[in-house]
Amino acid sequence: MATNSVELADEPLRPPGHSAGLLALPRWRFLLQLLVKKELRVRYRGSALGMVWSYVKPAVQLLVYYMAMGRFLRLGATIPSYVVYLFSGMVMINFFNEILSNTTRSIIFNAPLVGKVYLPRELFPVSSVWVAFVHVVPQIVVLIVGALIFGWRPGIFSILGGVLAILIICTFALGIGLAFAAFNVYFRDAENLIELLMMVAIWLSPVFYQWHMVADAVPGWLFKIYQLNPLAMGVELSHYCFWMPTRGVVPAGGDAANLMPPHWVLGVAISSAIALGTLVLGQVIFHRLEGKFAQEL
Amino acid sequence: MSETTDELVMARLEQVDKEFDLRHTRSIKEYVVWWATGRKGDLAETFKALDAVSLTIHQGESVALLGFNGSGKSTTLKLISGVMLPDSGSIAVRGRIAGLIEVGAGMHPDLTGRENIYLNGAILGMTEQEIDQNYDSIVEFSGIERFIDSEVKFYSSGMYMRLAFSVAVHSDPDVFLVDEVLAVGDEPFQRKCIQKMRELRDAGQTLVVVSHDLELIKSICYRGIVLEHGKVIHDSEIGEAVDFLRSRMPD
Repeated sequence: MATNSVELADEPLRPPGHSAGLLALPRWRFLLQLLVKKELRVRYRGSALGMVWSYVKPAVQLLVYYMAMGRFLRLGATIPSYVVYLFSGMVMINFFNEILSNTTRSIIFNAPLVGKVYLPRELFPVSSVWVAFVHVVPQIVVLIVGALIFGWRPGIFSILGGVLAILIICTFALGIGLAFAAFNVYFRDAENLIELLMMVAIWLSPVFYQWHMVADAVPGWLFKIYQLNPLAMGVELSHYCFWMPTRGVVPAGGDAANLMPPHWVLGVAISSAIALGTLVLGQVIFHRLEGKFAQEL
Repeated sequence: MSETTDELVMARLEQVDKEFDLRHTRSIKEYVVWWATGRKGDLAETFKALDAVSLTIHQGESVALLGFNGSGKSTTLKLISGVMLPDSGSIAVRGRIAGLIEVGAGMHPDLTGRENIYLNGAILGMTEQEIDQNYDSIVEFSGIERFIDSEVKFYSSGMYMRLAFSVAVHSDPDVFLVDEVLAVGDEPFQRKCIQKMRELRDAGQTLVVVSHDLELIKSICYRGIVLEHGKVIHDSEIGEAVDFLRSRMPD
């Protein structure tokens, strides 16, 4: 409702078209919620199966990878509960990839709104993240059911590790996504670059193989870089949460932490900082480019 | 209303310039070539949409932006709303700026009328409670009760417009911007809209309206600003401003 005159007189004059970016979003919660609903509705319009697709796709993907990697390449022979190992990594990479592809296109897809009404533009990438989240939840449910079949008995630290994995992946992906959503307004090539990154993502992290296979094959400094990339760390934490507490992974009397790479706690801290730094950088880039969104679209 | 609030500035533009690129470069290749060859010339031709525009709008004023096509009216509205930023000069506004910048900007064809009311209301800055409170009144004003639960893609353009306008007039911003939307809709609804705009004006709502329908705009606004080639060339009482604009029409 319109502010009354007395209150309005107390409000300072401000330049229009500026917002506090991501920090302004709590005030727009309600619209954010509606945008997420809209995006989900639009995604599944005219689709008979609707949300079921978000179960079918990863299921097929898992089956194919399990046969190829687990059976044909025999990775399943050396890694116990390989299906759980594989899927706990895949879920994180799927989440990462979906955030990236959604956010990169978010400004272009909402061009009619961006060009006509002023809103904090971060609303669109952030609503894409929520859509990706809605899609990852069923996968996590399936993962948990699968892990339970393999005797999953998580401790409190396992659960914390899983939550942290999701947060790291989400922060890192949103950071990259914000920057590329803005680039994409100027150069549609950004979408192709992101597709390239999505293709590589699953190999940049220990989804099919184990971290020590990388450590054995590359020089130490390169392994450190590999290990600090938030993707690898997110996937490793996901293993810590879903795979390690399953039957036969940790030897009796052993500790799950022994299966993690060396200095992994410090690694988690540094990866989190990198993810957060990426988010800040993404926001800064987005903010610098958003001024010309309306006329470029 | 006291003396001080009468003079309250709601929007102020000072020496505002705005240029647009006429031709866009869409590939990195072209950009790199341009950059590597010494960045000679402009990558795109530009067009000056606004040239040193200064104007001030006070609380409770009803202002018409007048001018021929390409004079910079819509650009001015977009700058006030914050959708675009000026190249130089400064703009300052107060309170919540919202309105109907283009029919159905916030509408989504796959959502129902009801869902679009909520989406549009939220886009215009209304809270959930405000939309709940105004919901019945919005639907009643739009006159499309029967279709409120069908998807908007099945609406005629008139119905679309009715819904969008209904939400906008109920959003009650501090500055209400209306761009060339009164032309849509049938005559009874158009009359209803004009009536509503007059009510808002009489209630002290600050209005900024763009329209090519000079007779219609005369009945809504008290002040007229004439733009030509991106410059303010006249600013006065509406009747005089309309006469001024007509005097510049080629025969």
